[in-house]
Amino acid sequence: MATKKPEIPSLATFVEKIKSGELFEEIQKDILDSQIWKSSFRHGYADTPRNRVLQIASNVWLHLHPVKIHRHALRIKFTWCMGGITFLLFLSTVVTGVILMFYYRPVGEYAYFDMKYLQYDVPFGMLMRNMHRWAAHAMVITVWLHMFRVFLTGSYKPPREFNWVIGVFLVTFTLLLSFTGYLLPWDQLAMWAVTVGTNMARATPFLGHEGPFQEFVFGVSPRYDARSLLIGGSLVGPPALLRFYVLHCIFIPLIAGALMIVHFWRIRKDGGISGPL
Amino acid sequence: MAAEDPKVKVEGLEEKVHVWPYLVRLEFLCALFVAIGLTVWSIVIDAPLEEAANPTKTPNPSKAPWYFLGLQDILVYFDPWFAGVIAPVLIIVGLMLIPYLDINPKGNGYYTYHERKVAIWVYSFGFIVLWISLIIMGVFLRGPGWNLFMPWQYWDPHRVIALVNVDLPYALGVRTYNMAMLVGGAIVSGYFALGTAAYFFMERKAIKSVGFLRMFIKVQLYLIMLGMVIKIVLRIGFNIKYILVTPWINI
Repeated sequence: MATKKPEIPSLATFVEKIKSGELFEEIQKDILDSQIWKSSFRHGYADTPRNRVLQIASNVWLHLHPVKIHRHALRIKFTWCMGGITFLLFLSTVVTGVILMFYYRPVGEYAYFDMKYLQYDVPFGMLMRNMHRWAAHAMVITVWLHMFRVFLTGSYKPPREFNWVIGVFLVTFTLLLSFTGYLLPWDQLAMWAVTVGTNMARATPFLGHEGPFQEFVFGVSPRYDARSLLIGGSLVGPPALLRFYVLHCIFIPLIAGALMIVHFWRIRKDGGISGPL
Repeated sequence: MAAEDPKVKVEGLEEKVHVWPYLVRLEFLCALFVAIGLTVWSIVIDAPLEEAANPTKTPNPSKAPWYFLGLQDILVYFDPWFAGVIAPVLIIVGLMLIPYLDINPKGNGYYTYHERKVAIWVYSFGFIVLWISLIIMGVFLRGPGWNLFMPWQYWDPHRVIALVNVDLPYALGVRTYNMAMLVGGAIVSGYFALGTAAYFFMERKAIKSVGFLRMFIKVQLYLIMLGMVIKIVLRIGFNIKYILVTPWINI
């Protein structure tokens, strides 16, 4: 019953294995064959047609794409890349916005001083704030350009009419997202820009207290009309700050996110990016 | 044209390509450039933060966020119920209606001007002139009291502007209130009625293929858009304030 002793490799063979690269191949094989790796990654990296398909189809993020597209859809001259850039900028505002939320309280007494704290004391706070604001402004511009491009290429024509309507909703929600965020710094710029903007709701026909025909609607007053519903009072004060915060961070992003899912899905269902047929 | 050689030989190429790597690499590069651009921009230029909000201290001028300044600017020419409520609703609804009003099958999925001249003109006019240029004007040229200042002029908060605007019926010699309301109403409804009739006459051959309702809605939207331009010209060129004055609404 002589048990075979495991062979202890000598230093010389070990060095030889490192030099020839054999050791790394063994380690690589061990990792790639392990249960953890195989459960995480379903395919190799070799550039084969099968892997090109799997690369898209088995990745939750990339599978927004079809696995194959028309050659013409690659032309930047055609798409201006504006839809994708808009989505990227939206993601940037989500990431930086979540970081800002850790430091910002939407309360009249605190909001402005939290801004100062963010700018002067929080590591990279100013950078996060800048990126959030500039990405939001850039997103407004790119979404307009995207819409202009879609119009110029006639991409709203059948069968894509419905997706154009979704897109108009998304443009509107982009503006509303930006507008509700505009109040949050709680400085003079914010307060008066939002005062000017929301003052328009006073003049809503029937439902605004200064609007035409409001005298025919019972109960419309400066305290209870279309505008006070938006800002939670008769002027832009702390209740408005809280309302705009909730709208900005939760309500509108959820709706816009849901519409984005529909928008991207419909691109594929309507036959991919439009092109000459 | 036809004799020219195409720059890239396309005969041998497949119609469809794999998204990985051909599209994903483009997206990656594009994302890289945008991310670098945004980061550099954010390092170099700080977001503005003014003094703390103070409800007792109104700045002059008070401006809405820049993307709404086109709407704020038409407040000069229209009352808030139109400029601030009806106009934005019409813009949004009008944009949504585009695919259902424009039934020209040409120009689907490629750039063309010659196959859809009217559509391109109308959209570009609305977007570039009525939206973008009014925003630029609102951001850079509107100073205290929402008065117009050239870039080289000092923003004088005490600048005196003579208020010489009159209503159109008054300018036409109508002096009684009820008569002015009738004349104004006749002008506004006459504009829409004549405009609609003229458009239907011009496009009489297309009514059957386009459909009555579609053509009717289309011409109303055109007339509202054109009417806004007419009102701006009347105000700036002829000092006309309102065309129709009633106890409820003024246009």
